[in-house]
Amino acid sequence: QVSAALREGRVSPTELCQRCLSLIKSTKFLNAYISVAEETALKQAEESEKRYRRGQPLGVLDGIPVAVKDNFNTAGIETTCASNMLKGYISPYNATVVQKLLDQGAVLLGKTNLDEFAMGSGSTDGVFGPVRNPWSYSRQYKEKSVPKCHCEDKEPSWVITGGSSGGSAAAVSAFTCFAALGSDTGGSTRNPAALCGLVGLKPTYGLISRHGLIPLVNSMDVPGILTRCVDDAAVVLGSLAGHDPKDSTTVQDNFKPFEVPNVTDLSKFSIGIPKEYHAPGLSSEILALWSKAADLFKNAGAKVIEVSLPHTPYSIVCYHVLCTAEVASNMARFDGLQYGHRAAASQSTESMYAATRREGFSQVVRGRILSGNYFLLKQNYENYFIKAQKVRRLIAQDFVKVFRSGVDVLLTPTTLRDAMPYKEFIQEDNRTRSAQDDILTQAANIAGLPAINVPAALSERGLPVGLQFIGCSFQEKQLLTIAKWFEKQVKFPVIQLEEMEKHDHGVFQHQKSAYFS
Amino acid sequence: QKVTVAVLDHLEHLALVDFRDSEGVEQLQKAIQFADQLHEVNTDGVEPMDSVLEDRCVYLREDDVTEGNCTKELLKNAKEKVEEYFVAPPGNIPLPKLEERDSFLQ
Repeated sequence: QVSAALREGRVSPTELCQRCLSLIKSTKFLNAYISVAEETALKQAEESEKRYRRGQPLGVLDGIPVAVKDNFNTAGIETTCASNMLKGYISPYNATVVQKLLDQGAVLLGKTNLDEFAMGSGSTDGVFGPVRNPWSYSRQYKEKSVPKCHCEDKEPSWVITGGSSGGSAAAVSAFTCFAALGSDTGGSTRNPAALCGLVGLKPTYGLISRHGLIPLVNSMDVPGILTRCVDDAAVVLGSLAGHDPKDSTTVQDNFKPFEVPNVTDLSKFSIGIPKEYHAPGLSSEILALWSKAADLFKNAGAKVIEVSLPHTPYSIVCYHVLCTAEVASNMARFDGLQYGHRAAASQSTESMYAATRREGFSQVVRGRILSGNYFLLKQNYENYFIKAQKVRRLIAQDFVKVFRSGVDVLLTPTTLRDAMPYKEFIQEDNRTRSAQDDILTQAANIAGLPAINVPAALSERGLPVGLQFIGCSFQEKQLLTIAKWFEKQVKFPVIQLEEMEKHDHGVFQHQKSAYFS
Repeated sequence: QKVTVAVLDHLEHLALVDFRDSEGVEQLQKAIQFADQLHEVNTDGVEPMDSVLEDRCVYLREDDVTEGNCTKELLKNAKEKVEEYFVAPPGNIPLPKLEERDSFLQ
């Protein structure tokens, strides 16, 4: 809808950009953005405006304000990965996905906050501080929270966004942009999407280029897409997917951008409900929601069957070993010599590297590097790393078997519960939390499958809860078709932020059911 | 089974990252404990999987130079440089042994 508004001249790209920028300023307390590229964004908006005046917009994304997670390289704009190691690092190039967005005329507002190097599930462990979930300030949440005592602060304790792409999620959820890029290695796009009431798409591994995405786990990372509705996700997917000669792990198959069809007849679809996803700790609310969703599909004529993915309980362990091992390797490039932080130590290269890494990496990052190195030691390689790779195959095979048996898409919860208050979240360490929170999402990364979170309902505390659909490799169209149907049925409520009500502009009325076109 | 100080020291050498404190060492112990669950899975006859794209022939381009000449830009991000060189402290000097360096493991 906003794209149509731009085309019809009801709003101009510069106006849109300015309003988003001012909204970013007024929602600064969310800490969603690390860098705001005000000047370049306005320039891009001006260029876009010229194109619209000539009647030649580049496409649906022309003039649309977007945000990008700060682990994607952006030329001329600082890329920090929320780490001291890269503070002040200005990349000389754009990640392929960033370039593609810019080539379509999108307006890059800034870089969003994350857990340091995307390691975490709360967006609380970056050097720029934690990200606050915009829903903490929503009428829906405030109404449901019982004030502990009248003398304490008037606001209820704020909740986390989830992570690690929390900044991107907060940015989209608070209406400061129309879409944001995240990354997804273990659930890092779907988790914050669920907790912030957004659509979070993890594409099939190999569909979207990782060139320029600072890698965590090369065999599992994918760029993720965060939007307010499924149609928007399809638009962004259409502009990003496809072979990139600069990323050898992108497949060479031709990708055809698509509009998500509206289906009404679900009789030819088969939805699988994997019983192992009834994980320990799953809140009764989400369990009930999952069940209700299954019934919704059943009543609409779809075939809904219980399936089994027997190795599910081990997927988090497998992920833990493979992730730390690949991290140990990927983080080795940060030595202070060519870019990033460099320590003053100069007795030897090794001591300089050691001091640089000592100063530049947080405890979380160092912990994972050391664990990874442990699993890769000669004496442990076979027992841990190779073992995990074998378990990986078993997990991937579980999915293949289920899809081969006729199931089109799997329906599972995305998170165990709604967003936790920050004060509660930080009581456990990063590794424990990641192990708990990634449990429902990371199997899709291990198997390389596409998965999407669709916001489903508000919890008893007034916070978003989502459900996840997992599809077959490269079957994004089918996955999004089913996701869109579900989205239409649940009619997830719009966040009621007092900030929003202050800016009573026609443009933001469009955002209530924000479609691009 | 606790990890020996010798192994911890070895890890600090390999990773060029420090444990910092007892919490760091405890973290490793817990990580190993967690990973040990893998041994409950029967993987007889199963091949390790490197990548989900293993069945595909991925694209490898020709070994031709197509980009480059960006020395100035690349040097911008380096802290120590001289002309067109990155400057490194002397190499081939191993990290001091545990007794001689400032490590928590002491």
